[in-house]
Amino acid sequence: MNSRSPMVYKTQQFLLDIAGITSFVGLFFRNLFTRRFEGREFLNQCFRTGYQSLLLIGVTAIILGLVLTIQTRPILADLGAVSWLPNMVFVSVVTEMGPVIFALLFAGKVGSGIGAELSSMRVTDQIDAMEVSDTYPFNYLVVTRVLATTIMLPLLVFYGDALAFLGSFIGLNAYSDISFQLFYSRAFEDFFFRDIFPATIKTIFFGYFIGIISSYMGYYSDKGTEGVGRSANSAVVASSLVVFVLDLIAVQITDLLLF
Amino acid sequence: MGKEKIIHIENLNKSFNGTSVIRDLSMSLYAGENLVILGKSGSGKSVIVKCIVKLMEADSGKISVFGTEVTACSSNELSDVRSKVGYLFQEGALYDSMSVRENLLFPALRNYKTRKLGMPQLDELVRQNLDSVGLLEAIDKMPSELSGGMKKRAGLARTLMLSPDLIIYDEPTTGLDPYTSESIIHLILKVQSEYNTTSIIITHDIKCAELTGDRICVLHDGNFIAEGVFDTVKKKDDPEVRLFFK
Ligand SMILES: Nc1ncnc2c1ncn2[C@@H]1O[C@H](COP(=O)(O)OP(=O)(O)O)[C@@H](O)[C@H]1O
Ligand SMILES: [Mg+2]
Repeated sequence: MNSRSPMVYKTQQFLLDIAGITSFVGLFFRNLFTRRFEGREFLNQCFRTGYQSLLLIGVTAIILGLVLTIQTRPILADLGAVSWLPNMVFVSVVTEMGPVIFALLFAGKVGSGIGAELSSMRVTDQIDAMEVSDTYPFNYLVVTRVLATTIMLPLLVFYGDALAFLGSFIGLNAYSDISFQLFYSRAFEDFFFRDIFPATIKTIFFGYFIGIISSYMGYYSDKGTEGVGRSANSAVVASSLVVFVLDLIAVQITDLLLF
Repeated sequence: MGKEKIIHIENLNKSFNGTSVIRDLSMSLYAGENLVILGKSGSGKSVIVKCIVKLMEADSGKISVFGTEVTACSSNELSDVRSKVGYLFQEGALYDSMSVRENLLFPALRNYKTRKLGMPQLDELVRQNLDSVGLLEAIDKMPSELSGGMKKRAGLARTLMLSPDLIIYDEPTTGLDPYTSESIIHLILKVQSEYNTTSIIITHDIKCAELTGDRICVLHDGNFIAEGVFDTVKKKDDPEVRLFFK
């Protein structure tokens, strides 16, 4: 095999990673159903992944809602359609912007953390130590983290949506005295479940793959200290990319199913 | 000394990316013995022991440990072998998100040998093992608060939790000052007699080899170039062997 050309090498590495991640998914399900469930560590990871991201996602969400409102209000006002604003904000945040933006932030914060943590455990032989003492590191380290990201991301997206919504209300309230009840009822007018349901399914997949990819990058990290930085980095880059790819797939599927 | 064979390796080969590290290596280890594998850094000492506990797959050759052929065994048989083998990593490999106590409890709570014990008994076991390695006062410390020597002691206490029959020490004295090295050497001897274990000690430290080894194998270029008790090895003319006695 000729691996001298960087192009060939990169392609090889890419295909190897795809194969590795696929087998990681297989290992995940096999361990999930056959091994002892590490409940305490799972709760610990839920707390860490969720809590770590609350402030970041909260602040971003409020700004998102504010900006969106301040930017579109004049346009809608020209068209005489300001009353549509809450609804428009709701649809764009809940179906598209919220899941993708919050998932990217989550990948940056939690994904890099998982990549760095697992890789530093690999480098300092901690993962090998678990393995030789006949405990299953995959089960303790990977299954718990992946489950935590899968469950916490959708919850964080709900929380972010709600705060974006609040941001939008604040933005609108600066110009007109709309009551929260009115804002609320206008926002939720038609679309509710038809929008929230596919968006939530989508975020479950985002969370799952952010967990899987970041764990993979850390778990099979290169030896050496520079491996830790590289793992954290590839965890973020690869899972962010996958968020967009999954989003593209999700759009196609929702399109097919709903219209 | 018992003559039961604990490990038997036949024609082990291992290479990485086309570079052969271990070539046709064979060895045996008998119950109660302290075997030292002496070799320069990068000579493949860790590779041999990692193949023994199957942290690495051998390319070819047969390795049997406690009568189980680890090169071709089921995962249950491998579990069984691993519960009998303690492995002390070079830096101790403590789980850095857990306190010393939690580090010791971690394998004990999950292994079939110990997990049925109640919490008070496990706690007693933790204290007992920490006391053996002289680290009882550090029970609630985090690994980041421990010195290099203390990490190795704690790592040793953790492997003792499963009462292994065989302990593998990977460079137990590397990176320690002479005083701490010596105390670790004495600890190895103490554990050996107190817990009645067989040991493999990997090192490039001639003093450690002399004090802990019943038998010494010198590894060079993928195979053993000298083998025997310390004084026999010391008399060899091979320049690669002489290098260690300078
Ligand atoms: N996982 C690995 N991948 C590639 N090469 C490795 C790996 N592990 C060890 N090696 C190579 O094998 C040789 C022996 O390594 P090792 O057994 O760790 O040496 P030591 O005798 O210092 O313990 C080294 O040259 C190292 O580069
Ligand atoms: Mg080594």
